[in-house]
Amino acid sequence: MDISFSLLGNAIVSGLLLGGFYAAVTIGISISFGMLDIVNIAHPAFIILGSYGAYFANSQLGVDPIVASLVLTPAFYLLGAGIYEVYHRSFERRGDASMRGLAFFFGLLFITEVVLVLVFGVDYRLVRAIYIGPSLHFGEIEVPLRLLVPAVASLAMIGGLYLFLSRSFIGRAIQAVAQDQGALRLMAADPVRIKRIAFALSIATASVGGAILIVIQPVEPSLGREYIGRVFAIAVLGGLGSFAGTVVAAMVLGIMESLTATFYGPSWSPAVAFGFLLLALAVKPSGMFGR
Amino acid sequence: MSLLLEVSGLGKRFGGFVALEGVDLSIGAGERVGLIGPNGSGKSTFVNCLCGTLRNETGQVRFDGHVLNRLAAHRRTRLGLARSFQLPRPFPSLTVGENLRIPIEYVVHTRGLGRLDVPARCEELLDMVGLTGRADDLPAGLTQVEMRKLELARAMAAEPKLLIADEAMAGLSHQEVDDILALLLRMNQDGVTIIMIEHIMRAVMQFSQRLVVLVAGRKIADGLPAEVIRNPEVERAYLGE
Amino acid sequence: MRGKHFLLAAVAVAALVFGAARLVNNGYVFFAGYVVLQYVVLATAWNILGGYTGYVNFGTAGFFALAAYTTVALEKLTPLPLPVVMLAGGLVSGLLGLGMGYLTLRLRGAFFSIATLAMAVVAQTFMVNWSFVGGSSGAFAIRPPRTALFGIDYIQYLFLLMLGLAVLVIVVARLIERSRLGDGFAAIRDDELAAEASGVPTLRLKLLATALSGAFMGMAGAPLPYYVTYLDPPSAFSLAYAANTIAMPLIGGTASWPGPLVGALLIATMQQVATVTISSAVNLLIVGLMLVAFVIAAPYGIIGWFGIGRPDRRRGRKRAVPKLRERDA
Repeated sequence: MDISFSLLGNAIVSGLLLGGFYAAVTIGISISFGMLDIVNIAHPAFIILGSYGAYFANSQLGVDPIVASLVLTPAFYLLGAGIYEVYHRSFERRGDASMRGLAFFFGLLFITEVVLVLVFGVDYRLVRAIYIGPSLHFGEIEVPLRLLVPAVASLAMIGGLYLFLSRSFIGRAIQAVAQDQGALRLMAADPVRIKRIAFALSIATASVGGAILIVIQPVEPSLGREYIGRVFAIAVLGGLGSFAGTVVAAMVLGIMESLTATFYGPSWSPAVAFGFLLLALAVKPSGMFGR
Repeated sequence: MSLLLEVSGLGKRFGGFVALEGVDLSIGAGERVGLIGPNGSGKSTFVNCLCGTLRNETGQVRFDGHVLNRLAAHRRTRLGLARSFQLPRPFPSLTVGENLRIPIEYVVHTRGLGRLDVPARCEELLDMVGLTGRADDLPAGLTQVEMRKLELARAMAAEPKLLIADEAMAGLSHQEVDDILALLLRMNQDGVTIIMIEHIMRAVMQFSQRLVVLVAGRKIADGLPAEVIRNPEVERAYLGE
Repeated sequence: MRGKHFLLAAVAVAALVFGAARLVNNGYVFFAGYVVLQYVVLATAWNILGGYTGYVNFGTAGFFALAAYTTVALEKLTPLPLPVVMLAGGLVSGLLGLGMGYLTLRLRGAFFSIATLAMAVVAQTFMVNWSFVGGSSGAFAIRPPRTALFGIDYIQYLFLLMLGLAVLVIVVARLIERSRLGDGFAAIRDDELAAEASGVPTLRLKLLATALSGAFMGMAGAPLPYYVTYLDPPSAFSLAYAANTIAMPLIGGTASWPGPLVGALLIATMQQVATVTISSAVNLLIVGLMLVAFVIAAPYGIIGWFGIGRPDRRRGRKRAVPKLRERDA
């Protein structure tokens, strides 16, 4: 009785922390898919790219992975701006964003994956940091720093983005473009430029998300695919584009997965995410129509 | 005159916003009815509920002896209720002729009355709307007014009993408005009941035998056009207090 | 060309291909040819949904591998002739397509695509955890040296079956294009709201396309255990299947059946030749770069260069007019 209670408590706590991390990998999708209506299925691959960036800095230079990822965000921002430019010119402007746009991002997904395989090989990679290993203890509840630090970093990043979107002029313009492009033109702002900034930001979050991922678990190039179901499920159930909703949905999924892993075994957790995605599609479609 | 369309107590909300509330409307076969109202008054929602693009929450729609409430949009088209879209929505990768072929194949040929000679029927429809010889063009090559004509031809290709023309004249020149107006009148003479939704009052007054006014999701007037526009409530809705 | 003539021509081409392969009489030709034909089936099947209705399926590996695992399960339960097993695999994957479609096709197209991606991952999870079909350690399939039916080498038999399936899927795809169904699919691809308003039962047609497409992918996957003789989840659910199957129609051209055929023949042959010299990762990289280049620069694919399936070069396309009957209306 006691043992299962502490199992449950631990599962819920690690689920919450896991959820904090899921929020970091999903927030980019919340921006690109939720606010800009760009179905960037390659986002998880960019997350893995972020993981390898942190891995490289950590293993070659001994830099803390999360610090390294912050330094790398401008590079990811530029990558995102470049991708948006191609996407806009080739698909969005031609009004042909659906099939070929999806195929374009799918192509980017496996180009990224294959390049990582060619450069780093298919073995799992991990990073070193002082917070990997020790845990805090509260009675029977154990809080591993390996999960706590990523969750805190994630929430800090999302909080910062939230402040940027609600306080700055460009942030408000991004929110306006999510509502109505025409209105933005009336404000004399160029919607394409605003969307480019927003999309570039969404890719920049992948750098930090990737570093957090590799702190939590060892990474190999195809790992991103396991996250596709997860991130889209969270983004949809969180109410596309809502930051608070994303965080809550991420924590709910984290807890569900953690409970499943504790009581049924970790090899089933991808199935939980899929069930969650179907639930999201079944429960939330009303909000998604007409977008 | 037999009743073709009977709408009773139609209601629709979006979240907390009441788009339609308790709308009643009866239309007899062969009538020409104008439906007007300021922007956001619920005209589009009304059309979408009639045609099955949206589901109404309360009330009932009866059309030609059938209760439409749960029917999908394509079933309503097959029963004889066709619409044109406010912003023309041709199938862009199909030629003009192929655009017309879709309703012929999926509506007319499903009625069990035999098959039409499709190319000949397409030519007939194109002649009717004044797009003779354009069957092989792509919609992208059409002008604004030609696009509206294609939109109407495609709706007519389904051989409807009731046609809802949703702002078929918005943004057209004086002459072009007259063209479309003449076209709609001819369709009506051929026995099609028409609901015209329009902001261009000149066209509405010329066309309608009856005028219905929607304001804030409610029907506030329904009667002879000349009387309706003198109705003080309608004047208030349009001109403000 | 009328339907019957096309069928005869396709069978004749297939017979020539098989005759030529027999003439070369080299095991490798059948071995490599099987993979090329398998991709012809997969690409054409993908295009029935993706190219005609515009719904992008990222889960080819799921549909394909699920049928392969159906074969493994059936082999353990009861011995059946391979064509029957292929039908069973087609049925399983067709039902999977129907189920996926039913859950997601009422929504915007992107949700269907995302769900198919996730589905492949989940199907793999289930196979990893299902020890009856080998679980994560995989399963062996014993390939008989010769077949009772024709007395030919088993690999030749597999080749012949896949050749027949390729003919079937191409004939079906062409039939769809020239029928009312093809018009309905095109209307869905262009504008679903307008399609409904024009009387097209969009949900039913989309479900039909998903089921049909999934069933053909399944039939292509069912013989896989006998071809590879050892099947484990990572190889059965390999990203290469999904990647190639999307790249081939988009590179060849999605508007008409020659597109996926040309794309599959070109890319699969290139890969079969290149595996000797370069790694499979480089192979995939080339396909990825080609896919991105084509969707950006050549939206109508290779067949578009010859004016096939380009709406802007289709003036005066002739169609067989159905026999007329007097209408009483």
